[in-house]
Parts: sequence; C-alpha cells; structure tokens
Amino acid sequence: MTEPIVEMAGVSKRYGDVTALHDVDLRIERGELLAVVGPSGSGKSTLLNIMGTLDRPTSGTLRLDGFDVGALTDRAVSALRARTIGFVFQQFHLARGVPALDVVADGLLYSGQPRGYRRSAAEAALRRVGLGHRLTHRSHQLSGGEQQRVAIARAVLGDPPLLMADEPTGNLDSQAGGVVMDLLRELCAGGTTVVIITHDRDIAAALPRAVRIRDGRI
Amino acid sequence: MRLSLTDVVRVAGFGLRSRPLRVFLSALGIAIGIAAMVGVVGISASSTAELDRRLSAFGTNLLTVAPGQSIGGVNARLPDTAIGMIAAMPGVERVSALGRTEAKVYRNDHLPPEQTGGITVFAARTDLPAVAGTRVTSGAWLNEATANFPAVVLGAAAADRLAVVRTGPGELVWLGGRWFAVVGILAANDLITDLDYGAFVGWPVAAAELAFDGRPTTIYARARENAVTSVQPLLGATANPEDPGEVDVSRPSDILAARQETSKTLGALLLGLGAVALLVGGVGVANTMVISVLERRSEIGLRRALGATRGQIRTQFLSEALLLSLFGGAGGVVAGIGVTAVFATVQSWTTVVPLWAMAGGLAATVVIGGISGFYPALRAARMSPTEALATT
Ligand SMILES: Nc1ncnc2c1ncn2[C@@H]1O[C@H](COP(=O)(O)OP(=O)(O)O)[C@@H](O)[C@H]1O
Ligand SMILES: [Mg+2]
Repeated sequence: MTEPIVEMAGVSKRYGDVTALHDVDLRIERGELLAVVGPSGSGKSTLLNIMGTLDRPTSGTLRLDGFDVGALTDRAVSALRARTIGFVFQQFHLARGVPALDVVADGLLYSGQPRGYRRSAAEAALRRVGLGHRLTHRSHQLSGGEQQRVAIARAVLGDPPLLMADEPTGNLDSQAGGVVMDLLRELCAGGTTVVIITHDRDIAAALPRAVRIRDGRI
Repeated sequence: MRLSLTDVVRVAGFGLRSRPLRVFLSALGIAIGIAAMVGVVGISASSTAELDRRLSAFGTNLLTVAPGQSIGGVNARLPDTAIGMIAAMPGVERVSALGRTEAKVYRNDHLPPEQTGGITVFAARTDLPAVAGTRVTSGAWLNEATANFPAVVLGAAAADRLAVVRTGPGELVWLGGRWFAVVGILAANDLITDLDYGAFVGWPVAAAELAFDGRPTTIYARARENAVTSVQPLLGATANPEDPGEVDVSRPSDILAARQETSKTLGALLLGLGAVALLVGGVGVANTMVISVLERRSEIGLRRALGATRGQIRTQFLSEALLLSLFGGAGGVVAGIGVTAVFATVQSWTTVVPLWAMAGGLAATVVIGGISGFYPALRAARMSPTEALATT
C-alpha cells in the first residue's frame, strides 16, 4: 500500500485552442490533506475533473488507486469512481424536496449495496457530520453549511479512499466554512485522502500541503 | 454494478414526482388515446355481445314473405294458397301470417277519420308469437276464443300512439266502426317494424266485421336451422308460382348482421382516431423527456460523479418514459372501461371489454414509452459529466 492514490504524468487538457492544463505531473500519497490553490480560471476545476475521472485528459496518463484510467471502459471507470472517489461541489447538488437521509443514501446507489444497508450507512454518515438531528429535513429546509455537510456525508458514504472538494466553502460564510473545513480535516485524520480546491490562499496556507496552479501549470 | 429493479423504478418514480403537473399532462395525452381505443373496442364488443344475445333469442331461421311492389302498386296480396304451400315445403317447421285490412283504428269514436296515427290493422293468426317470436308486455296474444270476438292486440308503437297503457275488457278502441277491447300490448320490436305499428285482430273477426278477404300480406316461416339457405330461394316461387318476381323474401336477422357491419366500419374509423391520439400522446412524452433531460443536467452529472454508468443513466430516463406512459396507459384503460360501461348501461347492454384490448392497450403504451424515451435517454447518457455539472 505504498503506491500513491493519484499519479498524473504529463497531463494536458485543451478545449479547442484554450489549454486549460499544461503538462501536469502530480503525485498524491494516501492519507494526504492537500490544497490545490490558484486564481480563478487557472485550471483548478479542470484538474479535479480529470483527477476524478469525470473528464479525460487530451494527453498524459492518470493512475488512480493503481489503475491506469485511460485504459478502462466507461463501465469500469464508473465503478472505480463509485468505489474510490467522493465528490463535494461548490453548489452542493442536492435533489430538491428529498429528505437528507435519502439524499445521502443515494451516495451508494451505484455501489450494488441493498437499500436497507444504504439507508443505515447514510444515517451513520449524517451523524458523523453532526446532522443526526436533520435526517428527515429536506434540502431547502437546511442552511448552506448544513447542505454542504449533507453533501460531504453523501461523498464519504462507503468510505472512499479519496475525497475531492471543489471550492467547498465558496458558497458559505466564514463560520460555516470553518465548520466544513474542520470536518474535512477530521475525515483526513480518519485515513481518507482529501483534495481541496480553493482560490483562498488563507485556507491553502492552513493545510499541510498546497499545490499552486497558474495558467494550467503547477 | 447493476441497479435492482426496485431501485430503477424508485429512481424513475422520483424523477416523475418532482414535476407532477407536466407528468400528469403528458400522461393524459397517452390516456386519451388508450381510452379512445379501449372504449371503441369495448363498445363494439358489448354491442356484438348484445347482438349475439338477440340473434340467439330471435333466431336466424325466421324468413318473411311479402308481396312485392306490383305494377299497380295498390294492395298487393299473396294468393290464399300461399300459406299452405309454404307450410308444406320440406325444411319449413312452422308458418304464421298477417293480412292487412283497410280498417282504421282510433282512440274513440268522435275523432276525425283522417287521424289514423299511421296504424295498420292486421288480421293475425293465433300462432304468430310462436313463429315470429313476439312477446306481450301486458295482457295476452289472441287465442281461439278472442280471435272470434272484437278483441285487439296493439304493437308497442301503436299503443303509444293510441295512448293505451292498460289491457282489459274495459280498455276500448274504435276500430273499423265498432268498439274493440284491447287484450294485449306487444313488446317493442325494431326488426319487424310492421309489428310495432300494427293493431292485430283475429282472422275470423276480421273476415266477419272488417271485410277482410282472407288473403295474407306477410307470411312468417321458421325453417330448420340447416335448411334456411335452401328454403329461402324457393319461397318466392312457392308463395306465388305464377309470378315469383312479385314476392319479397327477407330474413330479419340479416338486418342485424348488416347493422353490425356498419358499426364495424365506424369502429375502424374511431380506432384510427384513437391511434392518432396515441401518436400525439407519444410525441408529448418525448417532448417532456427531452425537456427533462435538459433541465436535469446537474442531476445527471451528479449521478455520474456518484458512479452511474452511461447505461444506468440511459436506463433511468428510459424507465421514466416507460413509467410515465404506463401511468397514462393504465388511466386510459380504466377510462376506456368506464366509457364502455356508461355507454352499455345507457343502451341497457351488458358491458364487455375483451381482455386482449386491455392488455393490448398497456402493451401499446410500453412500446410508445420505449420509442419516445429512447432518444432523450440516449442524449442524457451521452452527456459528459463535467459538461453536465458545469451548468447550474
Ligand atoms: N468545457 C470547457 N470548454 C472550454 N473551455 C473551458 C471548459 N472548461 C474550462 N474551460 C477553460 O479552461 C480554463 C480553466 O478553467 P477551470 O478549470 O474551470 O478554472 P478554475 O476552476 O481554476 O476557475 C478557463 O480558461 C476556462 O475558460
Ligand atoms: Mg472552478
């Protein structure tokens, strides 16, 4: 288990004549807590999308949890994603009008677990993020900070080894943002590798490792 | 990993529940088409069942013989030997007859003579009900005794025109210049209209009181079931050997069969309209699904991030379309049965909706849901996760 969880070599991504990523090499060890920091438009989200297998690089290779992603089919990549990665987005992406418990339980929908297990795991995950008293609340009945914690609970359901958060505090005030950051630190302490994307230098400075990105280069 | 069927249905059901009005309206389109088709099939099946019931009650072996339109056109009659000749034919089981008289019938004796109400007075044989299958709703048919007395049985429409509702010795009508007691009223008969608008008196009393010459104007013959087709072409020549062309032979049950044929044509037309409605409903479902895919890009992206394969996204939207049109189809089948039941009850038929029509209706909706959901589902599956997540 000394193999890195993420290993990118010579990764580039071009959108037409815009080069969003330039020949990026990046290695992330298991259990790291890492920030990717850079100004807006520097290619942070592009980096996360490729690292998270949501998008494929124009050139270069990505090894994730030991698998060469470029060689896998859509099915295999989807399965890898379901098992290995949890995502947290700036815009939470919670289904409207659905109780928190069911939102979180959907985190395991594509993992092959039966529904009863998914729901009890979801309850445990919600308690873990301090929302044990909000199980039946619907997304619009929750504050922004609570919504992001629901999204985190969904992302860590099934204990993926890698958690990726794209501007997780971008839509939150500083206090709610602090709660979310503490939670992510806590998860890392529990053994999860956490990658946080941010444009906020203060947040990055507070983390053990920060990768700076500018114009698609690190 | 594959989703279990219950998960597939649950996810699809959730997708539909989040936009209920639109789902309801597009399901309605399907429902109208299916209801139209099930209704048409149901009504036609109920009408056929009713027809079969009536045919078996009435029998397909009744033949009627009447004089044709003679050149002179007035008071054509059959020879008085015709009854005996027909009764003697092999294959003919029973024979009865009516003879038209010139008498008129009125409610009372001080009405002007031209107010006849279109009622014809017939001399009738006492065995007519047994042959022609007529029934009385009140009183009794003529018998050997009443046939000799001034007694009359009225057809349903005739009783209506004369405003006679009861029968009995005190119930009198003014017939041929004297009082006749109404002893019976016939049940309505839409196959032999003569019987509806007739007033029937006994053969002997007609000869004695109404100047009836004893020559029949309609002969009713019951043939053996297997002899109908061989008897029918010979009836003309048997009834009037000198002038067979002057005789009209008909089979009242043919009228029923012909009616069914016309209702089949109409049914095919309505079925076609139902199919068009169904097609329009299918376009509505496709439209709803295309819009849904566009609106739910971020949901699609999220599901992909959670590990859904393209195939699972495709399945999700396809099963939403299927579920949606299945809702419409089920509603349509129920509505179609309802329409049939209301129509049949109003006609006082038994409601019959063939199982194949219901099953076919549901099967059609599954096909339509599959076709109209296919392209939107393909689009949803083709969407790249990042593109889907980028739009909020
Ligand atoms: N789908 C896309 N099509 C075209 N250009 C894109 C697309 N996604 C990102 N870009 C471009 O790539 C660059 C990096 O974008 P992004 O990774 O979103 O930056 P960040 O997240 O750091 O703000 C930007 O110049 C952006 O305009
Ligand atoms: Mg970004």
